[in-house]
Amino acid sequence: MNDGVLAAAAHQPGSWHRLARRDLQHLIDVLVEAGHRVVGPQVADGAIVLRDLAHADDLPHGWLDEQDGGSYRLRHDPGAGPFDHVVGPHSLKNFLFPPRDTLQRWVRVAGSWQEQAIPRDEPPLAVIGARACDLQALAVQDAIFIRADYADPAYAARRDRLVVVAVNCRRAAATCFCHSMQCGPAVTHSFDLALTDPAEGAAGDAFAVEVGSERGAGLLAEVARRTTVGALDDEAIAAARRVPRDLESRMHARSVEPGQPRPRSLDTEGIRDLLFDSLAHPRWDEVATRCLSCTNCTLVCPTCFCHSVGEVADLSGDHVDRDRRWASCFEIDHGRMHGGNARPTTASRYRQWLTHKLAGWIDQFGTSGCTGCGRCITWCPVGIDITEEVAAIRASSAPDGQPAAGHEPSPSPPDAPP
Amino acid sequence: MSNAISADDAGPGPGAPPASVAGTNTPPHDSRGKPRIAVFKFASCDGCQLQLLDAANRFLELAEHVEIDHFLEARSRSVPGPYDLGLVEGSITTPHDVERIHEVRAQCRVLVTLGACATAGGIQALRNWGRIDDFLSAVYASPQFIDTLATSTPIADHVHVDFELRGCPVDTTQLVELVTAVLVGRRPRVPQHAVCVECKERGTVCVAVARGIPCLGPVTQAGCGAICPAHDRECFGCYGPAEAANLVSLTGWYERRGTPREELARLVRSFNAWAPAFREEGDRLSAGPAGTDVESSP
Ligand code: SF4
Ligand code: SF4
Ligand code: SF4
Repeated sequence: MNDGVLAAAAHQPGSWHRLARRDLQHLIDVLVEAGHRVVGPQVADGAIVLRDLAHADDLPHGWLDEQDGGSYRLRHDPGAGPFDHVVGPHSLKNFLFPPRDTLQRWVRVAGSWQEQAIPRDEPPLAVIGARACDLQALAVQDAIFIRADYADPAYAARRDRLVVVAVNCRRAAATCFCHSMQCGPAVTHSFDLALTDPAEGAAGDAFAVEVGSERGAGLLAEVARRTTVGALDDEAIAAARRVPRDLESRMHARSVEPGQPRPRSLDTEGIRDLLFDSLAHPRWDEVATRCLSCTNCTLVCPTCFCHSVGEVADLSGDHVDRDRRWASCFEIDHGRMHGGNARPTTASRYRQWLTHKLAGWIDQFGTSGCTGCGRCITWCPVGIDITEEVAAIRASSAPDGQPAAGHEPSPSPPDAPP
Repeated sequence: MSNAISADDAGPGPGAPPASVAGTNTPPHDSRGKPRIAVFKFASCDGCQLQLLDAANRFLELAEHVEIDHFLEARSRSVPGPYDLGLVEGSITTPHDVERIHEVRAQCRVLVTLGACATAGGIQALRNWGRIDDFLSAVYASPQFIDTLATSTPIADHVHVDFELRGCPVDTTQLVELVTAVLVGRRPRVPQHAVCVECKERGTVCVAVARGIPCLGPVTQAGCGAICPAHDRECFGCYGPAEAANLVSLTGWYERRGTPREELARLVRSFNAWAPAFREEGDRLSAGPAGTDVESSP
């Protein structure tokens, strides 16, 4: 047994360690030297975005994000630690299921078509700073793209090599409601390493690191060769575990403060039947007076997976790429089929989105399509709020789940999932 | 300004395929069997024609597959029609334009408009809100020699148009896609969704949400690649109204967040001011604040 294996054994999954904040750079270096493309949160263009990360100093030290419906603002706060912000406009989806992908390439040679291999030489990806809601979204997208009967080869290849360095949130935006969707803020699955900052803001000098996988154990062992990876006693581990649990309690206890954005929550009790029984609810027409059918909510949503596939030929017609691009149920083309359009109105498109996300998804994948990340609320240009729409439907539906009097329940079944 | 979509959306869909050039009518192909293309200019800045030239590599490739028989911006040689495909830039602003567009239409099996002028009347359609005599006397020393119409109108107001390619100017990729599609007789892939899709594709941080800048992207058709937001500017609506553009909701949101109505009216009244959805909204916004007549003084 060589040293590396011994060291990895010492950092086995489930173990906790202490990593000085300044040693985060070693983790990045280890990942880069192992050939990874490392991405992490950074301040750019007025937001905290995910982009290539070479230096730990480039993390958003001293920056916080204020989020509300249709509004995102950065606030400089010298006391803010590198991960005191929450989720921004990007998610893991941007990297694992990128906006455009070439699936196949065909060339016509002497009248017959030949498939050409597409070079798949992207480096493995490592993401630093993923949150509990991001990991839930990852699990949801895994269930869509990697199934026993069909796996998307490009997604599966990226996912298989993905390294996740997660972070336990110690702060939530007003738009966050992972506590309602029961998938956060504590990081519990789908991570290789998870960092917790036990001390407030910039004051902390070390992270508590939880090892989540063999891959994570190997990485931490490599970091330990370069710097001290300390031990954590039971008390320190308990303190680190309390960080997201305390936040979760605070999220449940949040109330509306004057002058502050309303903290979001979503009552999921019986939500599948509530929504499917409300297909003729007048709220769909009301939200359609505000909704722009602009697609932003679906494109920032870390679980939305709709895409369209089409062929792009050059002028000679001899070179054809089969391309995939993100699509959205808010696009007119999405509902277009032979003989007409299944969803010609904005009301029908918004209803499709909400009912699929929160109800149809349960039938289709056994889980909600929503992680409570709040991105769709923040990045909707007119602040349309999924939690508010559900609350409005719930408030004006009779106890048996039927819409308020005067509106016939829809005789038709819910729209088919995409 | 509809990209040739049928009004009820139950028809053939956006970009109903322009009649195939390989149709059963006598094809006007040249002697080598290549489809013949002509490019015509009306009231415009030539920017869309320049986009055609700008795609230099693709343009040369294009020239291998088609015969460009009339394109005065590029070559002085002109071969008379009929043509398989006519590309029209510019709007109709003079009585002579009205006559000429009918002649052009008669010469072209498939007629496609290029850009905001041909498709919506262009920036010069701002005259439609003014008085032409005032402009004439302000600009010209001898206005009596000017023969012009009071309005600038899109080509489709005068003749049947098979497809409208949006943009100010048009995008070269869309232009090549359109020509390719016409040549093989399929529907062009020219999406009708909002500019926001392109912002999200390129990972741009939304300027409306993160900076509070009033952006027309959510109500504007994509095609430009969302260039302006990628350079910290709002979308100016160059590609005209997107499908189902909900202007009232968007401008109402911006107004409640502090953008004055006059500024919003100016925003929708630019290159595509006369496109129906933008026109109605510009008129609504400049008709004064909603409910002034019932509101009591502060
Ligand atoms: S629906 Fe909205 S809150 Fe839920 S996962 Fe998607 S973007 Fe996040
Ligand atoms: S809900 Fe908001 S983000 Fe989504 S399509 Fe409507 S206006 Fe756009
Ligand atoms: S910057 Fe403008 S075009 Fe881009 S997403 Fe925001 S609103 Fe849409």
